[in-house]
Amino acid sequence: MRESRLWFWHILSAIVILFLLGVHMGTMHLGAILTSIGIGSRDPVQSAEVFHRSQQLVYMITYILLLGAALFHGLYGLRSMLFELSLSKGMEKAIGSVCALAGIVLFIYGTYVAVRVFQMPQILAVLKGGQP
Amino acid sequence: MQNRLNNNLGFRGWVSGGRYGLDRYAYALHRLTGLGILAYFIMHIFVTGARLGGPGQWNSRMAFFGRPIFKLGEFLVFLAFAFHAINGIRLVIIELGYMLGKPGLPAYPYSYSTLRQKPLFVVVMLIAAALMIIGGANFYSTMR
Repeated sequence: MRESRLWFWHILSAIVILFLLGVHMGTMHLGAILTSIGIGSRDPVQSAEVFHRSQQLVYMITYILLLGAALFHGLYGLRSMLFELSLSKGMEKAIGSVCALAGIVLFIYGTYVAVRVFQMPQILAVLKGGQP
Repeated sequence: MQNRLNNNLGFRGWVSGGRYGLDRYAYALHRLTGLGILAYFIMHIFVTGARLGGPGQWNSRMAFFGRPIFKLGEFLVFLAFAFHAINGIRLVIIELGYMLGKPGLPAYPYSYSTLRQKPLFVVVMLIAAALMIIGGANFYSTMR
């Protein structure tokens, strides 16, 4: 029952990732093509653009949602692959715990970064003033 | 547990498609690309953490990761993403029971689910290939 529920979340997180990461990858890696049709940016990793996006509420929420969905999807997938190696029950428990702990730590760190950068309005002002 | 031990292929089971055909290799590649994307994603969390240090720290980190070797790595991640995402759509469609056809008696010429979903497999691979080509064109234009 627990495994089927986790599998359900694995599929659901895949659908969430598909949309959010699709937009993210499009923005970051198809910029040159998208700008030719009038959308997106040619240099999306430029600091002014990065901080402009990071300081919008919708982006901050999106980052945190994507972070959670991708961590769960990726670490659950890794756990499933490792379980196929026919390990002992103790080893399976240890792997499950390490994956869960890693997921929680990375989620807390990523969320902290997203929220802290969102709360730094002075950065935008500095960038608008032309300072590096 | 005993059944799982009997079916154990070890690490070989992750990459070897054996005589099961293209679907099995797509399954193996889906997992390998998934591992690659996970490794990149964990690094990405720490790299983008440089935003905490402000624009100066962000710029210096981007200058470091702007080297051609990292750009190439980034492109490989994009290829992995294109395959994993589009093939993942196929897996979700099949997981929900679509495109498998109705079960029937085993009468000649035999029809089986992997054969019936082959058109879907071909279509998603073509979409993934198209996405990879578009991504490649984008990378090429930004590298010039």
